[in-house]
Amino acid sequence: MTMAKKRDYSLVGESTRRAIETGLASAEWYHTDVARKTMKELMQRTDGPAIRDTIIWFAAILGSAAGIVWFWGSWWVVPFLFVYGVLYGSSSDSRWHECGHGTAFRTRWMSDVVYHIASFMLMRNPVQWRWSHARHHTDTIIVGRDAEIAVMRPPDLIKAALAFTGILDFRYSLPTLVRQAFGKLSDDEKSYVPEMEQHKAVIAARWHMVVYAATIAVAIALGSWIPLVLIGLPRLYGTWHMVTTGLLQHIGLADNVTDHRLNTRTVYMNPISRFIYWNMNYHVEHHMFPMVPYHALPKLHELIKHDLPVPNPSMWHAYREVWPVLLRQLKYEDYYLKRELPPTAKPYRGEFHDLDITAAAAE
Amino acid sequence: MAEWIEACAVDDVDEEDVIRFDHGGRTFAIYRSPDDEFFATDGFCTHEKAHLADGLVMDDIIECPKHNGRFNYKTGQAKGAPVCVNLKTYPVKVEAGKVMIDIG
Repeated sequence: MTMAKKRDYSLVGESTRRAIETGLASAEWYHTDVARKTMKELMQRTDGPAIRDTIIWFAAILGSAAGIVWFWGSWWVVPFLFVYGVLYGSSSDSRWHECGHGTAFRTRWMSDVVYHIASFMLMRNPVQWRWSHARHHTDTIIVGRDAEIAVMRPPDLIKAALAFTGILDFRYSLPTLVRQAFGKLSDDEKSYVPEMEQHKAVIAARWHMVVYAATIAVAIALGSWIPLVLIGLPRLYGTWHMVTTGLLQHIGLADNVTDHRLNTRTVYMNPISRFIYWNMNYHVEHHMFPMVPYHALPKLHELIKHDLPVPNPSMWHAYREVWPVLLRQLKYEDYYLKRELPPTAKPYRGEFHDLDITAAAAE
Repeated sequence: MAEWIEACAVDDVDEEDVIRFDHGGRTFAIYRSPDDEFFATDGFCTHEKAHLADGLVMDDIIECPKHNGRFNYKTGQAKGAPVCVNLKTYPVKVEAGKVMIDIG
């Protein structure tokens, strides 16, 4: 067995050069065959489901915020913090995601308004992250190209555990926004945000900073923590659901392949998590066909599941599957979980994939 | 100089839809608008190499299937990130049930 080269996750380093040279960057990806007429129906945009969900979302945010203010100082505040935190710190991720794709609403301005609100809640620069997510879809889990690889290899388990608390994300997101507000984009960020868009990223970061400064000023003026508990800090105490669902998207699966069936996971989830996550548990389907709105993903799943690995029946099942893989990756970072395809599926293609599969099998 | 070529039959394109047309090593996208007019653009998105014919036509917008970049297919205008470069458009005419485009 040959010793594999260490992965370099920088977006301007050795792995980047290799990905471009080998044709892994901007490659042609596998898609399950779906008739154009059917796909057109699935892609259709409508405002109804997203307006309904957004009204419920905002109403629940406002209601739980009112509960926090009302019960502040008593233990009764805890359930309201729990609900508010998840709605602010976790649901915002799926809203950011779907509205970034522009698929949630038919009406563009509605999508843009929710996108910017959700980006603010997440402490994400709306310009930078729009581009980083485009790259994530072009080069999903291609080392040196994908800016959104959540767990790198070998995995840092302490870091992964701390992610559930939101501490690491907070420590990354806030200083990043401050740096960007001062007009500085990192080399990695410049590698995927086009030059003509970079000034917009700086302006967006400045707007975020203005709102945070105003929140701190109000907190000081009132002599109260409540403004900060409602704006900013939910990014810490409400992130756990986003991480619980989001980590499962790609963790433990293959990297440097061009078939989403190998590097992306679909997990069946309970209806509450699916509301919070806006059906992104159908993640293979989403990556294969990003034009399909969140509310049509269950239908798409039924249509193409014959060609996909069997989904994990629950989050618990998925984590139980992932844990031994992570432990093994501590020693052998090339190891990954190869998803078995059902007999009805088209086999994985040879190019790119055989190499990694051989490496994994040799361990 | 004008170079009109036959791209497809009128009935090949559904209303509010798009098809791919390859000619001379080039790829074009042929659109039929909701008000039954025909238009043509380059076939690939200007952001990354993705066939616009796999995308979604909504009114006068074509949305790229890869990153959901949007263009006005009548004018070629890019409608915002992640597409920043306009799409090249081509004159179209319909003659005897055939859609002709000028690629000259």
